Amino acid sequence: MERNHHLHRQLANLRQSFFDQGYLDEQLIQLEELQDDANPNFVEEVVTLFYKDSARLIHSIDQALEKNPLDFAKLDSHMHQFQGSNSSIGAKKVKTECTQFREYCRAGNVEGCKRTFQQLKREYALLKTKLEAYFEVA
Amino acid sequence: MAGDYSLSGAQELHVLAVDDSHVDRKVIERLLKISCCKVTAVESGRMALQYLGFDGEKSSLGIDELKVNLIMTDYSMPGMTGYELLKKIKGSSTLSKIPVVIMSSEKILARIDRCLEEGAKEFLQKPVKLSDVKRLKDFILRGENDNKETEEMKQVSCPRKRKLQDCSSSPKCSSTPLLKHSLLKHPKIA
Repeated sequence: MERNHHLHRQLANLRQSFFDQGYLDEQLIQLEELQDDANPNFVEEVVTLFYKDSARLIHSIDQALEKNPLDFAKLDSHMHQFQGSNSSIGAKKVKTECTQFREYCRAGNVEGCKRTFQQLKREYALLKTKLEAYFEVA
Repeated sequence: MAGDYSLSGAQELHVLAVDDSHVDRKVIERLLKISCCKVTAVESGRMALQYLGFDGEKSSLGIDELKVNLIMTDYSMPGMTGYELLKKIKGSSTLSKIPVVIMSSEKILARIDRCLEEGAKEFLQKPVKLSDVKRLKDFILRGENDNKETEEMKQVSCPRKRKLQDCSSSPKCSSTPLLKHSLLKHPKIA
């Protein structure tokens, strides 16, 4: 029983760190509110869809960034979609990178876009690792 | 299968949700189901129009049972935007009475104005919350006061609503998500 309690504690700490470190915002809590006994895995299901959408969009943006000259409108469109998904699950840090990226798009700043996208991919990978670890145990 | 009937025998509000994002469709669907609405979720304006039987196209809709009471659409969608979908619906003799709500992650005033001018009932900022949906449902039901069908819908008792008040006193409230089954999986409370 003590071990169980310890696990709960770890889980609670991990969840709290998401908020404290700014990875996730209150949107996650909104999603948790939609979970109940009849739909106990709702949040995990949403997050799984999020990974799938994200992988596709990140790939599209990677490809689009290889082109010369860059199609900023297309990049912005992809990023708008990606930003939307992040917003839906409350991925705060990644969302900030999305906003930055879109600003560079509008300014036609190639270097800015490429640099920000690398940063964005790092943040996303970090978030995904943390979330996967969480749902593994939860 | 006949239209969804709640325990009280009255019909539920049927909402057509339109969004190209899979994540958002899943969330809006859940928000609506929790608010005791029947939901049909499609991924594009074109599919929405097809479902509604626009322009005499062979409609998926049966008779009254599948009638749509509200359309909630994302603004930014490839192909046909939510605004374009709104215009088509308001321009249709058969569909123009259906209230349309636009959802968007971007709060651009000119966009909001344009939608409201075109006849949108409301403009919701994403991510849409449960309180938004509840308010919307009440608003739609109030707005159609003369309709007998709507009167019946008002009778639909939504157990989840009581959670927002005092859940423990309501026999119908079977789920208390935060206590029983949040992400934390608290030990069961006896």
